[in-house]
Amino acid sequence: MNQAELVLFLEAAVRLGVPLALAALGETISERCGVINIGLEGSIIAGALGGALGALAFENALLGVGIGAFAGLLCALVFAVVAVGLGADQIITGTAVTLGGLGMTGAIYRARFGATGTELSLPTLTSVRIPGLADLPLVGTALFDQAVTAYLAYLLAPLLWYFLFRTPYGLELRAVGEAPDAAEAAGVQVVRVRFLATLFGGLLAGVAGAHLALAHTGTCAEHLTAGRGLIAIGVVVLGRWNPALVLAAALFFGAASAFQFFLQALGLEVAYQIFLALPYLLTLAALAGWVGRARAPAALALPWESKR
Amino acid sequence: MTEAPSQAVGRMRVAESVALAVAALVLTAGIGALLLLVGGYDPGAAAAAMVRGAFGSWTAFTSITLVRSVPLILTGLAVAFAFRAGVWNIGAEGQLYAGALAAVWVGLQGAALPAVLLVPLVLIASWVAGAFWALVPTLMRLRLGVGEVITTILMNFVGIYLAAYMVHGPLQERRGVFPQTDAIPEAGRLPALLPGTSLHWGFALSVVLAAALAVVLRYSRFGFRLRAVGASTEAASVAGRIDVRRVLLVAFLGSGAIAGMAGGVQISGVTFALYEDLSPGWGYTAIAVALLAGLNPVGVIVTGILFGALQAGAGAMQRDAGIPAAWVGVVEALVILAVLVIDRVRRRVSEEHS
Repeated sequence: MNQAELVLFLEAAVRLGVPLALAALGETISERCGVINIGLEGSIIAGALGGALGALAFENALLGVGIGAFAGLLCALVFAVVAVGLGADQIITGTAVTLGGLGMTGAIYRARFGATGTELSLPTLTSVRIPGLADLPLVGTALFDQAVTAYLAYLLAPLLWYFLFRTPYGLELRAVGEAPDAAEAAGVQVVRVRFLATLFGGLLAGVAGAHLALAHTGTCAEHLTAGRGLIAIGVVVLGRWNPALVLAAALFFGAASAFQFFLQALGLEVAYQIFLALPYLLTLAALAGWVGRARAPAALALPWESKR
Repeated sequence: MTEAPSQAVGRMRVAESVALAVAALVLTAGIGALLLLVGGYDPGAAAAAMVRGAFGSWTAFTSITLVRSVPLILTGLAVAFAFRAGVWNIGAEGQLYAGALAAVWVGLQGAALPAVLLVPLVLIASWVAGAFWALVPTLMRLRLGVGEVITTILMNFVGIYLAAYMVHGPLQERRGVFPQTDAIPEAGRLPALLPGTSLHWGFALSVVLAAALAVVLRYSRFGFRLRAVGASTEAASVAGRIDVRRVLLVAFLGSGAIAGMAGGVQISGVTFALYEDLSPGWGYTAIAVALLAGLNPVGVIVTGILFGALQAGAGAMQRDAGIPAAWVGVVEALVILAVLVIDRVRRRVSEEHS
């Protein structure tokens, strides 16, 4: 394997890792305050379709990302009303939102693009080269010649870390995830915090979906997301609910997904279904090997109602 | 990762549970019709096409609706059984594929055996494989404390890709043209239940299994333990001196075996061969089936047939009314959300009264 091939592999790793990072960073914030949103998958697929439709309508990929973010937020809103507002079970609500998101986007997709939309070509997010940094050896182009959504992920990781661990709002948010009753007694609006955090997660998942449609492929096929929302939730656990580690974990999974390019470059032939299964197997292995030492927010996935 | 959360839907009497289901269906129909109107479709035409496709004739009802209800009843039973114990098995889809894979393999290997032997062997293989597929999340929960929600879903994808690999690779049909296995021999196939229709014995087996589960859950010592663990793992281990891990193990593996059987029965009764996309997501629809039935095994028969009719009707809806069949996913989601919302509102109202 020569250097050019290694660079291609790293580029693919970052490209595939970015949507995971965006979705996982949003999920980190909602899980930190006790909300596990399995409906993330629904938000991502809605973001992908919203991004595609928006980009086509405005003939502008960036506006497409905005519409995608809004679509992701709408999915999360349904989840938040039922699971946070009414206090229904988060797992089942999230599963329903994913089913509904897949069904709704599938129906709209078919109505809009017909049964085969694979040749559909969309305005794509162009790569932006960061002068200086992009000239770094090996990792330069992989990290710093990417779509704007990648830079959003790089920026959000430290910002969200600072927010969570160094600001009073972050403290309140974590308190809601560890001991909601105590947080309420201290004057925190528990339901409002959980609601907003969930919507924020949906917004970022929508951006992740739009990135998939507009930066990856320039096309939008049904089942584009293929369980990425769930891998993103695994990434949050692997990153121990810490935004900086979550970004690193997402890039690691991007590398796992890009592994097929690596092996192809080495001239090895392995069935492609094995590669497709690899990220899921890795997530399982990561959960089994790593979680023992990490601790989830104490109130994660527990419905909460105000006792007042 | 997390303790087993509380019951998905509050426990209630049968009459209440039927009222809840009816209310949820009415709400779903209302919102579904509204969404269709927004989408520019005619809800009346959609409903008419759907009813015609599902119940329009004896053949449509038996050979389409009831045949499609079989995997939904079985996976619905798998989910209901697990949820009653507080085990969040979202992995019925992967367990179904594992069961189907094992069933096909045994059916092809045992081509020389008579039907009295081969049919039971095929079904037993699907139980074992389904339980095995549930074993990884089970061990991760019991040994490592990793919550089963994510792990069961991850195993779904592994199962689907494993099946895809098998039908493209080692188990591909002899001519090597299509991505599917060879058909299992006659001796491995479930006989017809009603002559002249495609309804097979798998339907009768599902009904018997549902009745057996209902009896076990309600009257047996184990059923009591399982319900106690589902209500609260801590209370069960402290007050009831119940071996919680053992109960969870049985609930998990039993659920996996039933979901695996859904795959085995589908192979042995309907398709006779394995191919990619064998299941249109039955393992996920099963959650709606189980919840709408109030996690009651006998209720699962009714809701399974209802969702079988929905899937049977969706084809007709797409053909006759031009409405994409993907709408079924929306309807399933609405049913689950409606059950949750009505249950929550009901409980809030009763809390205010007391």
